[in-house]
Amino acid sequence: MSTELTTTAPAAPHLGVGDRVRLWWDALPRQAQWVVGVVGVLLIALLPVLRPPVLTTVGTDFGGVLAQFGMYALLAIGLNVVVGQAGLLDLGYVGFYAIGAYTVGLLTSPSSPWNATDDWLSRDWAWLAALPLAVAVTAVSGLILGTPTLRLRGDYLAIVTLGFGEIVRLLADNLSTVTGGGRGLNQIAYPVVAQSETRPNGIFSAGNTAVPFNSGTFWFWLSLVLIVVVLVIVGNLERSRVGRAWVAIREDEDAAEIMGVPTFKFKLWAFLIGASIGGLSGALYAGQVQFVVPTTFNVINSMLFLCAVVLGGQGNKLGVILGAFAVVYLPNFFLGRTELFGIPIDGNAIANYRYLFFGVALMVLMVFRPQGLFPARQKLLTYGREVYVMARKAATALAGRGAGTAAATTTDRPGGAR
Amino acid sequence: MSALVLAGGQVLADGVIDFNVGALGRNFWSLTVSGLTYGSIYALVAVGYTLVYGVLRLINFAHSEIFMLGMFGQYATLMLLGFNPSGDVYQQGVLLTIVFLAVAMVGGMVVSGGAAVGLERIAYRPLRRRGAPPLVFLITAIGASFVIQEFVHFVLPSLTGNTLGGVNAQQPIRLVQPATQFEVFGARVSNVDLVIVASALVLAFAVDRFVNATKFGRGIRAVAQDPVTATLMGVSRERVIMLTFLIGGVLAGAAALLYTLRVPSGIIYSGGFILGIKAFSAAVLGGIGNLRGALLGGLLLGVMELYGQALFGTEWRDVVAFVLLILVLMFRPTGILGESLGKARA
Amino acid sequence: MRTRTPRVAGLALVLAAGLAVAGCADRSTTGGTEADPTASGSAAEGGGTSAADLSIQPLVQVDAEGAEVEAAGDGSEAADPAGDGSASCSGIAIAMAGALTGPNAALGTNILNGATLAVDQHNEANPDCQVEIKQFDTQGDPQAATQVAPTIVSDTSVIGLLGPAFSGETNATGPIFNQANLLSLTASATNPSLTQNGWTNFFRGLGNDNSQGAAVANYLTGELGFSTVCVVQDDSDYGIGLAEVVTETLGEAANPDCAAEVKTGDKDFSATVQIIADAAPDAVYYAGYYAEAAPLLSQLRSGGVEAAFASGDGSNDAQFVSQAGSDSEGAYLSCPCGPAPEPFAADYEAAFGQAPGVYSVEGYDLATIMLKGIDSGVSDRAGLVEFVSSYSGVGLAKPYEWDSTGELASTTTWLYEVQ
Repeated sequence: MSTELTTTAPAAPHLGVGDRVRLWWDALPRQAQWVVGVVGVLLIALLPVLRPPVLTTVGTDFGGVLAQFGMYALLAIGLNVVVGQAGLLDLGYVGFYAIGAYTVGLLTSPSSPWNATDDWLSRDWAWLAALPLAVAVTAVSGLILGTPTLRLRGDYLAIVTLGFGEIVRLLADNLSTVTGGGRGLNQIAYPVVAQSETRPNGIFSAGNTAVPFNSGTFWFWLSLVLIVVVLVIVGNLERSRVGRAWVAIREDEDAAEIMGVPTFKFKLWAFLIGASIGGLSGALYAGQVQFVVPTTFNVINSMLFLCAVVLGGQGNKLGVILGAFAVVYLPNFFLGRTELFGIPIDGNAIANYRYLFFGVALMVLMVFRPQGLFPARQKLLTYGREVYVMARKAATALAGRGAGTAAATTTDRPGGAR
Repeated sequence: MSALVLAGGQVLADGVIDFNVGALGRNFWSLTVSGLTYGSIYALVAVGYTLVYGVLRLINFAHSEIFMLGMFGQYATLMLLGFNPSGDVYQQGVLLTIVFLAVAMVGGMVVSGGAAVGLERIAYRPLRRRGAPPLVFLITAIGASFVIQEFVHFVLPSLTGNTLGGVNAQQPIRLVQPATQFEVFGARVSNVDLVIVASALVLAFAVDRFVNATKFGRGIRAVAQDPVTATLMGVSRERVIMLTFLIGGVLAGAAALLYTLRVPSGIIYSGGFILGIKAFSAAVLGGIGNLRGALLGGLLLGVMELYGQALFGTEWRDVVAFVLLILVLMFRPTGILGESLGKARA
Repeated sequence: MRTRTPRVAGLALVLAAGLAVAGCADRSTTGGTEADPTASGSAAEGGGTSAADLSIQPLVQVDAEGAEVEAAGDGSEAADPAGDGSASCSGIAIAMAGALTGPNAALGTNILNGATLAVDQHNEANPDCQVEIKQFDTQGDPQAATQVAPTIVSDTSVIGLLGPAFSGETNATGPIFNQANLLSLTASATNPSLTQNGWTNFFRGLGNDNSQGAAVANYLTGELGFSTVCVVQDDSDYGIGLAEVVTETLGEAANPDCAAEVKTGDKDFSATVQIIADAAPDAVYYAGYYAEAAPLLSQLRSGGVEAAFASGDGSNDAQFVSQAGSDSEGAYLSCPCGPAPEPFAADYEAAFGQAPGVYSVEGYDLATIMLKGIDSGVSDRAGLVEFVSSYSGVGLAKPYEWDSTGELASTTTWLYEVQ
């Protein structure tokens, strides 16, 4: 499984572990990649059921933590499209997360004036019905924000999006007759399926606490499914004309424009797609927590999402998932833990200092490995993968060379999803 | 989609956002006075953003934390001078108060200036050496911002025996009791307002002179305009960069003291964030990279924000500031006075 | 000279300017003060009382109509967690869930400490019944709470829960505890709607915002005779709810023109002060927490507003007095919580090195009730819910007895004054 471990290999004159894995993966035929991917996803899905001894969180429910990881992974994939692929720094991504969550909340919470569940929408299916709406509304909000601001240069865009993130939160806070303001919206609908004697409200209800098949586990599985779907869509986009346009924009916008890439259009696409994925994640949040309140969507969370993307490696959609895992899992790993491998530690204090550690990690990473822990490899050519494999194999064949090319820090990647 | 439009209509119809034109008209002048006070503080902080941006094309996202450290710096100075934290106003007589304020300001300046230079050394210089892209700088700045905040939040209290830092705001040390000095069109102008606006104007003027009329200022402008040529002409780029961070930091330290005069209980680890964003907005408003633009933008933002607050309600203050920022960027991306430190010729 | 010490000269220039300005400006202050003797006079008076002499003192206990109620006593007849020392039990724990880290940690810690004190006293007196108190950190965040809650539920030794501390996390985790039929006894979540969810396991150990707000509002207009009051609220669940009830109960006396809203984390209230100064009310009621209440009060006084200041339990904290200093003198603070009786306060201080904070007494009382249940032989979750729903007894703060929804049958509000 080896999800988050980073092995440091000595600077040997051969390919690092990460490169080997990558080479092996790239050399596999498409069908084999699918098979390996499915097995990998299944293994990850089994995590909350197996609850491996050291990995399982102590102070918090492992299933719940993984459910949050699922949402953050979606956020990271979405933000990665904007930041990693198209090179647009979005510091207000939490705004889309909030819009997604609030759309579901407004449509299905009894305390909202626009509650549709006591009207024409069955409460059992309300969440599922609200999900595509949430995605659509967020996409539109991405369009509304993007149209005027995407003409701006990089740094300005960063600040404008930061302002946007704050505005969304402040709107949720101030428009209290609609959003409930600081009171939030409660009793948001969730999918009521597979009701049984022990689970009267279905498997997704927060009341389902039968470990290991508790609600957190099911939400994690649901988000896993969505992650795979989103990965397939984003992966195809990446390999299409759109993806190549994004890379061109990221590398040099002016040059791209001159070469005939309609940069504004593709930037808007990136924004829109990123926003809708954020909205999807927000809808998941609303369903799982069944309660939304503006403070959850504080702008500092945007930084956390960005942290996940940068940590994982901008542009590498699997890398950012691991980044999201680190951001969500590590604080929870320490929370409530009093000893680790026999060494007594104050886990709560460590968890409390998480922003300090994230800050230090960001700074150190930017100096020594600005491309992230799992950097992206660009494959601009249509047959780029094949060319890359051949080139690398040829290079490896010339043994002894390439000492400098393989980075000292190499990484272990899951054999997993693509 | 039509549901959303309807929803928007309903929001307005419900009177969720009231337009209180009366309040704006009634208090116009006193809002202006308050706005100018805040605006001067924004302006001083904005200078830090604008100088660094002008020279390095870098948004020093951590500048807000430099400002926050300045608040702690002046506070610690006052404590070292023997003041005990309490909510009370000290009665020291005018002359002593001046001395104490001045010393505290210097304390804030030293801490902020030192922190800004340290930040440049530790965080940015290694990146510059590697020729990192702008995004990397910005992310480093965000990381530094986290680190500084959490340092004050968690580490500082244990270093100082719980007298500085921590979760709660510092108990204020108040040297000046706000008292009305005179009235302008019915708006009361207090001693605190006067100190803030006057200090800010003088400092802004001094920096403007420094950049535009001294040899070092020429160096800064030269690097801003063309780093390569400037280096060839014998200007030490590293030194110029250090100097810009120093000036920005020192002004943020001064702003920190002025801010705590106005808002005595604002000394808290998270107290720099929003003010930083607003100061940056002010810099953009006036034209980032442009010193005088920062001053103009700061004053304008301070005033507009308070007008907006009176018009829409107190809870909309930040929204007004952010919307203003977005509007300016949409319609005049280079700011009111245009962006250029290099071309700001004296 | 400039070429030799360039940087020093530049710095000196800036510093000198700063000094000069501070000097000049303050000299102008002098002129102003001389010209306006009343201003300087009041300032001197303000400085006369040191904040060190001020503290929050209980004033009167009132019911929802604002009428005075006889105080319960000195706490000597209150339930004692020690019991008679003959209880026997094994492997039983109670859980405490609330913010133990993060910005709201102080509140969670107050409750935890109060409960820990009760459990320690119990365990010391009952060698055959050692009850463990397990702490769970929700960080005050609803999503974190949904991750913590299953852990609590799946810990079979836990038969009762003290918490969740905040209304938001209670909203998010209520179904979890309800389905597990785990007693959820909150010492601080005061949102009135929480008891309307049909949760049979949820009991509130203090009056909700409705009872407190009504009592204070009636007291302000009745006993204190204020005719116009400005109600200012923050953007928290608590502040909104409290302000709503206060405004409603004040009726005519609440001036809608100066009803302002501030944000949690704000330190600067110039616009709010302006609005209030315009309205010239008899009193200002602030619904929110001390972190904003103290600077608001200070800035009101600086802005020349001399109206009486009243606030709720969110501001009822020693930090309020130390932050606002002498400005806090005469401020009215209400709380559904009773004052900490002397022996409790002393024990608490001895155990934790700090004075009991808001909700410490509730934490102690509610933990005591659970311990009473355990001592009476209850050893499962359903039994404890049963025990609490039929419980009737006096605690340190007030009598505890619940109605069918989980609200206290009779609630009183204490009014305190800073003096």
